[in-house]
Amino acid sequence: MAILVGKETRLLVQGITGKEGLFHAQQCRDYGTKVVGGVTPGKGGQAVDGFPVFGSVAAARQETGANTSIIFVPPPFAADAIMEAADAGIELVVCITEGIPVLDMIRVKAFLRDHPATRLVGPNCPGVITPGAAKVGIMPGHIHKAGSVGVVSRSGTLTYEAVWQLSNAGLGQSSCVGIGGDPVQGTNFVDVMALFRDDPATEAVILIGEIGGNAEEDAAAWVKSHFDRPVIGFIAGATAPPGRRMGHAGAIVSGGKGTAADKQHALREAGVHVVDSPADMGAKVAEVLGKGKGASAGPRKGASRRA
Amino acid sequence: MKIHEYQAKDLLRRCGAPVPQGRVTERPGEARNIAADLGGRTVVKAQIHAGGRGKGGGVKVTGSPEEAESRADDILGMQLVTPQTGPAGQLVRKVLVEEVFDIAQELYLGMTLDRDTGKPVIMASRAGGMDIEEVAAKDPNAILRVGVDPLLGVLPFQTRAVAAGLGLEGKTARQMASLVEALARVYLETDASLVEINPAIVTAGGDVYALDAKMTFDDNALFRHEELRKLRDLAEENPLEVEAGKHGLNYIKLEGSIGCMVNGAGLAMATMDIIQLYGGSPANFLDVGGSASQEAVTAAFQILISDKSVKAVLINIFGGIARTDRIARGVVAAIEELGNVKVPVVVRLEGTNVEEGRRILQEAEFDFVVAEHMASAAEKVVAAAKGAA
Repeated sequence: MAILVGKETRLLVQGITGKEGLFHAQQCRDYGTKVVGGVTPGKGGQAVDGFPVFGSVAAARQETGANTSIIFVPPPFAADAIMEAADAGIELVVCITEGIPVLDMIRVKAFLRDHPATRLVGPNCPGVITPGAAKVGIMPGHIHKAGSVGVVSRSGTLTYEAVWQLSNAGLGQSSCVGIGGDPVQGTNFVDVMALFRDDPATEAVILIGEIGGNAEEDAAAWVKSHFDRPVIGFIAGATAPPGRRMGHAGAIVSGGKGTAADKQHALREAGVHVVDSPADMGAKVAEVLGKGKGASAGPRKGASRRA
Repeated sequence: MKIHEYQAKDLLRRCGAPVPQGRVTERPGEARNIAADLGGRTVVKAQIHAGGRGKGGGVKVTGSPEEAESRADDILGMQLVTPQTGPAGQLVRKVLVEEVFDIAQELYLGMTLDRDTGKPVIMASRAGGMDIEEVAAKDPNAILRVGVDPLLGVLPFQTRAVAAGLGLEGKTARQMASLVEALARVYLETDASLVEINPAIVTAGGDVYALDAKMTFDDNALFRHEELRKLRDLAEENPLEVEAGKHGLNYIKLEGSIGCMVNGAGLAMATMDIIQLYGGSPANFLDVGGSASQEAVTAAFQILISDKSVKAVLINIFGGIARTDRIARGVVAAIEELGNVKVPVVVRLEGTNVEEGRRILQEAEFDFVVAEHMASAAEKVVAAAKGAA
């Protein structure tokens, strides 16, 4: 078992006729995901590289039975694409697009409240992968390995780093979920942790947060009372200056809130094994689970304190 | 994107907010004319993007047009140091000359995104003129918060509630309610991420004015606001950051000595953190993007080494879809193209085709220090920076 995506996933690619959309549609298919087609308004009836193209999500869903969509639509049109997918009854919408205006996302959230059957992951995220079963995202599939460690993160490449450390330590992953770096998101840490709790195949979780907002503190409070398997945490941005956005729209310390120190503290209070060094994520999981090759993450320097 | 006070006040005025009369200028002589037009006492205010201008001597009340000229002459051209500018300060190129009021009360009004609710929120407090963050830290209950539905905008009962919550009555309360309405309108219509009116004042006669104004806009929404894009003042921004922006790079100048080039924002922050963990300090945040193309790497390198405080460079790339051998070729080509790179460069490549990538670096003419792990890369670059210092 795993969460969100798997063998039952029937994937639609919104924005499939764009360069990014087509490339990743092919990559997802090569990984073994059932990619049933794509959507580009005005280009219905065409086909690209064997993928049927539809003019609307509703038409695509009717023809293909798609239950999941991944969005590569440019920022000015991405909010509309998300809402179109929800309106067509798509159950899981993964939005990769970076740079959607905050007010657009606020409107999307309001729209989604009337479409409770749809879950949005992202935007500005790498997507979701269940190793060996399905990849709905832009992550490099081959660094993953099927197993029992869940990964949830606000970052892309830092997640790949964690997965790489895990795989090298001989630890596979149940599912890896990138929730994205924007301040207004579809799915947050708590949502994903709840899914991992209900997944018997997940033995432990790596939670990778960063500065800005309150999501890690909320996750800590939830973990403390609802999650009894080991959680390993890392928070990026301890050295980031306040008031500056560190690449991700949501990664900003403002008004003294959202600091790495506060988040680390909240997680440690909740019993999460927080590592100070991003090089120690995989080794810490190996140590906590008592399996895998703990030494393979390179030299370590007093970096894995436990609260 | 940030704008100046006088620009923010123009936007507020257009949304129906009462703002003081006044004009902006770059010349002391013109300041005198503006003061003469306004009559009586005026205030001369330095226009820079940082707050806390009064504390640094950038805001002066004057009694006559002659004094306005001489104060404008003092302020124009000064390096204004405020708690927000850093020790070097910011050059003042413009002053705003405005009418002065007898102030009975200073209040705070602001609007921003409430990340917990995922909606905009209006904040109001009786502690006007103070840093709202200090107020929030001392007494969170002193701040009135009203969530705004972006589809409906602010509602009349909400604007009345803010005025009443500030303890205002009669015509003052009605004027405050309309100022709150203007605040919400400007926020929603411009895709702002922060609007602050601090202070909003009540005059001795019971009238309400936006005495100061600060606005920051959502960069992601600027594509649909051509008018706002024209308000950008590049002179107020760090030149290296402006240059990076032209190449689609995300670069933030910091105070340390180790230049960092990383793909992905999260990994870039984590790289800064691990440098500090090993006793060094990062000179910048730099995200070359998930794919790290050769053009991006070349531009990034150029920017990194043009920062004179950089004593060593750490390149940390996780090659995913973009293969590390291609990235390694990009790094080598960038260094060859630039020539004359004198600082030590530590490279840590990981991911797809990493053996090939490392081989390319080792065989290159430039003497890269190749590291296999993030931890050893940090250790090596910190040592290199110390050796070079």
